[in-house]
Amino acid sequence: MTCSLCRRFSISAWLIVLGLAANPSSAWADGGPSTQTRWFNPERTPELVATLVVVLAMIGAAIWTERRGLPHIRRLAPLEAIDDAVGAATEQGTPLLFTTGWGGDMGRPTTMAAMTVLSHVAGRAAEHNCPLVFPSHDPVVASVAEDTIRQAAARAGRPDWAHTAEARFVSQSQFGYAAAVDGLIARQRPGAVFLLGSFEGEALVLAEAAHQSGTRTISGTDSTIQLSFFLVACDYTLIGEELFIAADVLSGGRAAVAVRALDWLKYLILLLLVAGVLLLVTTGRDLGPFLAR
Amino acid sequence: MPALRDRLTVSVAAATGAFMVVQYFVNAAWSDGVYRTLLDWMQIIFAASLVVGVISVLRNHLSRAISKPQERWYSLILIVSALAMSLLGFAFGAGRGSSFLWAFDHLQAPMQSTVFSLLAFYIASAAFRGFRARSGESAILLAAAFIVLVARVPLGESLSGHASSAADWIVNVPALAAKRAMLIGIGLGMVATALKVIAGVERTYMGRR
Repeated sequence: MTCSLCRRFSISAWLIVLGLAANPSSAWADGGPSTQTRWFNPERTPELVATLVVVLAMIGAAIWTERRGLPHIRRLAPLEAIDDAVGAATEQGTPLLFTTGWGGDMGRPTTMAAMTVLSHVAGRAAEHNCPLVFPSHDPVVASVAEDTIRQAAARAGRPDWAHTAEARFVSQSQFGYAAAVDGLIARQRPGAVFLLGSFEGEALVLAEAAHQSGTRTISGTDSTIQLSFFLVACDYTLIGEELFIAADVLSGGRAAVAVRALDWLKYLILLLLVAGVLLLVTTGRDLGPFLAR
Repeated sequence: MPALRDRLTVSVAAATGAFMVVQYFVNAAWSDGVYRTLLDWMQIIFAASLVVGVISVLRNHLSRAISKPQERWYSLILIVSALAMSLLGFAFGAGRGSSFLWAFDHLQAPMQSTVFSLLAFYIASAAFRGFRARSGESAILLAAAFIVLVARVPLGESLSGHASSAADWIVNVPALAAKRAMLIGIGLGMVATALKVIAGVERTYMGRR
């Protein structure tokens, strides 16, 4: 399993390295054409080093997982609450509402992580025959959600249920979208509302509308500003990277390799922080400007 | 056939992702040109998807207007509004002084502002629930919020000269440290997800798990 994963990450790394090496010699420097041979932008060396470190961590984590198995991941309360929320909505005869917020399109990693959670929720909803509504601000996200729901229903052995689920585009405008989702919450009184993805100013409008209708709310976002609103207004919140971890846990198998790699990278950052403080205290040298270059 | 389609999609995503990483580090004219072309394609695909989205919205609400009597009026208002705005735009243009712009400025913008203004009430009700000293941690949160709120109004400054510096310390030291810790985790999570897309492990963008 993970051998193929090591191969995949290694191929990705080679693709990047070969791309850099095979770059033709004609170059642009500072936005204009130049006769000077300069295939690499030296100003971006720190980013290149960081990228290669992350790639190496992913390859290392894949090898480690191959030898020692998947890492232990602590229980995340919002994930544990999903099954209860679906069960409660089914008992009440009310639908589930899942939305990924106005802030992200399908190219955003947060939306991808939210889609993995949607797949899990849709699978559970299909098993319980509980209706699911997915309003979106982006037609592409709505279309991917429709496909995700269909696949989840097929996996749960209930392909017919997918016809009762609604994944639809409502409005591209931020507060048009917020008003549409608010309206759905007020009219349909969903048994559980899932607010997972990239949210902006509409976050609190949606979370409070859900709270005021007495709905159980499970949220998670990568926006540090909106997180504070979710923390006070929602029953369960996936804080920042927990959304990515949740997606990895729900994907299981190969995707969970990233969890170990993220832990290693955090240890590395911690080490850099400690080294930076020691260096500053003992020699007066500041690592900050070099790292922030 | 679906397996072949999946492989093709994953290959295109992997190649495009790897190219995007490479072009970020190089200054070559060819990579710049390909990058710009890809961005143009993204705009074209988004514009096409928007047309599909609008047609889907109209179809969805038409069927609701017919099959769901309790939601009929909402759907009819949406259909009439969408068609009226389109008609105004296509028939009389969307320039300065046009009926389209008038409808946008005097109908749509105020409606959006109304929803936005609800935030003021929602912040008050969320703060009322959030700032309850139910435990030691929530008591610290309440005290910190109280200092910051008081220091940000003229009353705080008149009560104590240190209020502003205390609020600045709370915002710039403990709050910023927590925020940066979250940002580091989020950034790493995003990079890991992007690498999984390039490696073909992450397939949620095409509805797969």
